[in-house]
Amino acid sequence: MKTINKVTNVKELRDEILSKHSPNQKEIVVAGGTCGFVSGAEDVIDALNSELKSRGLDKEIKVKVTGCHGFCAIEPVIIINPENILYKEVSEKDIPEIISETILNGKIIDRLLYIDESTGEKILHEEDIPFYKRQTHQLLEYNAKIDPLNIEDYIAVGGYTALEKALQMGSDNIIAEIKASGLRGRGGAGFSTGAKWEMAKKAPSKEKFVVCNADEGNPGAFMDRNILEANPHSVIEGMIIGGFTIGANIGYIYVRKEYPLAIEHIKIALEQAYQYGFLGEDILGTGFSFDIEIVRGAGAFICGEETSLIKSIEGAIVEAQTKPPFPTLKGLWESSTVLNNVKTLASIPIIINKGSAWYSGFGTDASKGTMVFSIVGKIKNTGLIEVPMGTTLREIVYDIGGGVANGKKFKAVQIGGPSGGCFPESLLDINVDYESMAKAGIAMGSSGMIVLDEDICMVELARYFMAFNQNESCGKCTPCREGIKHLLDILTRITEGKGQEDDIEILEKMGNLIIDLSLCGLGKSAPNPVLSTIKYFRDEYEEHIKNKRCPANVCKNLV
Amino acid sequence: MIKLRKRKVDKTKLQEQIEKIDEIINRYEDRFKDGHKVLIELFQDINQEFNYIPEESLARISKRCGIPLSRLFSLATFYSSFRIDRIGKHHICVCSGTTCHVNGSDKVIDELQSKLKIEPGHTTEDGNWTFETVHCFGVCAHGPLVEIDGKYYHKMNPKKLNELLKKYEDDK
Repeated sequence: MKTINKVTNVKELRDEILSKHSPNQKEIVVAGGTCGFVSGAEDVIDALNSELKSRGLDKEIKVKVTGCHGFCAIEPVIIINPENILYKEVSEKDIPEIISETILNGKIIDRLLYIDESTGEKILHEEDIPFYKRQTHQLLEYNAKIDPLNIEDYIAVGGYTALEKALQMGSDNIIAEIKASGLRGRGGAGFSTGAKWEMAKKAPSKEKFVVCNADEGNPGAFMDRNILEANPHSVIEGMIIGGFTIGANIGYIYVRKEYPLAIEHIKIALEQAYQYGFLGEDILGTGFSFDIEIVRGAGAFICGEETSLIKSIEGAIVEAQTKPPFPTLKGLWESSTVLNNVKTLASIPIIINKGSAWYSGFGTDASKGTMVFSIVGKIKNTGLIEVPMGTTLREIVYDIGGGVANGKKFKAVQIGGPSGGCFPESLLDINVDYESMAKAGIAMGSSGMIVLDEDICMVELARYFMAFNQNESCGKCTPCREGIKHLLDILTRITEGKGQEDDIEILEKMGNLIIDLSLCGLGKSAPNPVLSTIKYFRDEYEEHIKNKRCPANVCKNLV
Repeated sequence: MIKLRKRKVDKTKLQEQIEKIDEIINRYEDRFKDGHKVLIELFQDINQEFNYIPEESLARISKRCGIPLSRLFSLATFYSSFRIDRIGKHHICVCSGTTCHVNGSDKVIDELQSKLKIEPGHTTEDGNWTFETVHCFGVCAHGPLVEIDGKYYHKMNPKKLNELLKKYEDDK
């Protein structure tokens, strides 16, 4: 492996890599995210390799394993290049036929094509599938193109050229560019990334740190897992630029242990970035040094909250801290620290390369760029999507998601997990951006969307989220520790048919108290699932309490 | 409540265990010198080696890294991925994330509870199974998800679970 030392070399290296690529190279791409592997991609890869080998085609035809392309519902997925043919729900049994028919004879196998249910049309290319057609891929753009375990694939699509450019721009210009782009924290809080970096840059601190928050603890959200698995270098590149900008020499990627494949991919990506001289001492000959270490989270939801995450890395007892001081002033080991979400960091190279004017052309006035959402639950097209900020919920659920699965009736979309809320049918035309969501009283949060149908009991769902929050509260402050327990007790009582007349009022009063009095984001948002279901599905609560009946036939005692 | 179990101590085994623990601590000693003691990573390595955090390891870390035992104990018992009692022969983990929940992971959990006669977070008396739940593997498209010894099984229901358990029991 080579190490490149001069700043001009990224482009040269890229040209060199591209000169080895032939546009007519025959290759079979297999989507190999965790979701792909779970549904059988590994068997498909094994079958492809052995079939190609037995036919003596293994030199001629490459098998490339990429991350997940987003459409989890049709996995295992393969794409045959250069023809760009997509086959869905492929099993290892299909492989001999795929090789003999499609690869060798150019014949399409109809049964493996995606069929558009509304028109009955068979679709050949991934980009023509309605699910993908209405999306705008920026962060997910290269998911189907690069092998995440090969840094040269990333460099071939322009990877690390943003780093090269940023190192020449200097930190003030980088901050100005990020600020002008309008990029806001994708972890959910939506704070200006440029402003955050500027605060850290100005902070008088001997040591500084950049931390990537990949502790994606919200159940139902897997955007960060996908990006780390499919394109880990984009996050690493964003971190290095962040380090250079604020004057940090160490970065940490705090990633959930529940994501073993993502951890593996980051690990390999880091090793390769060191080998190529993008990490370590004297990066690209500029004298700037930066190291990144992985910290594996251990299953504590609270660690997604920034002050708790810091305590966790420090090896201290994990409890939320009062703010201010904000981590940009006093973070890790009392030093200035920038904490950014995976998607925020992965957006940085795009903004540096394409410019703030281009980037801010996407989205709404105050919410710029795109947002990645998971759409799961009772929806037809389960998966991961990327759309410009301001896209309506209806477009996401119906045009992209294909509507509710199994012919059931739509009830709500739950957004933001245990700290979020539910949008009923009447709010489906809302634009999904920071402002519109906040106005509706539901935080953007983690951007996991769970579609719920008529068979879901909203009271039971609220109870489920309170059980989760109660379990995950760190226990430091009383409103969160005791309050959530009370909410849970009352909700449990209601779902068991023992609801009392004033329960709804108590839930509302207590919920608001917890929001007002809790120390950190966990407590401040924990009652949201209860309050939003009361707001929009009050009749279901009343039905449980007054008539001792569960309209969705879920609560065992009330069926 | 987590109890430290009294168990018979096999001295050679204990010695081997301590050697392994020391080996892992060695990897971190240098990294800890700059004051950046990322203990959770050290714990992860120990957990990976033994599938639990042995009592002995807490004492060794305390002694060698100069960290109070009480703090180490707090950390080892705070995180849901760490456990300080020995794990069963097989580890089964059911996802109870929201998507798995709305798709029926409760029924899988109930079935497992009645089959293994233990609640999540416990190990069967014969030491064959440790049963846990996790809040989301992030594989929401294919839930309810069950993980056994690191291998994922998707779209689970009580019937499929029973077939799977039988397979593991037969492999014993």
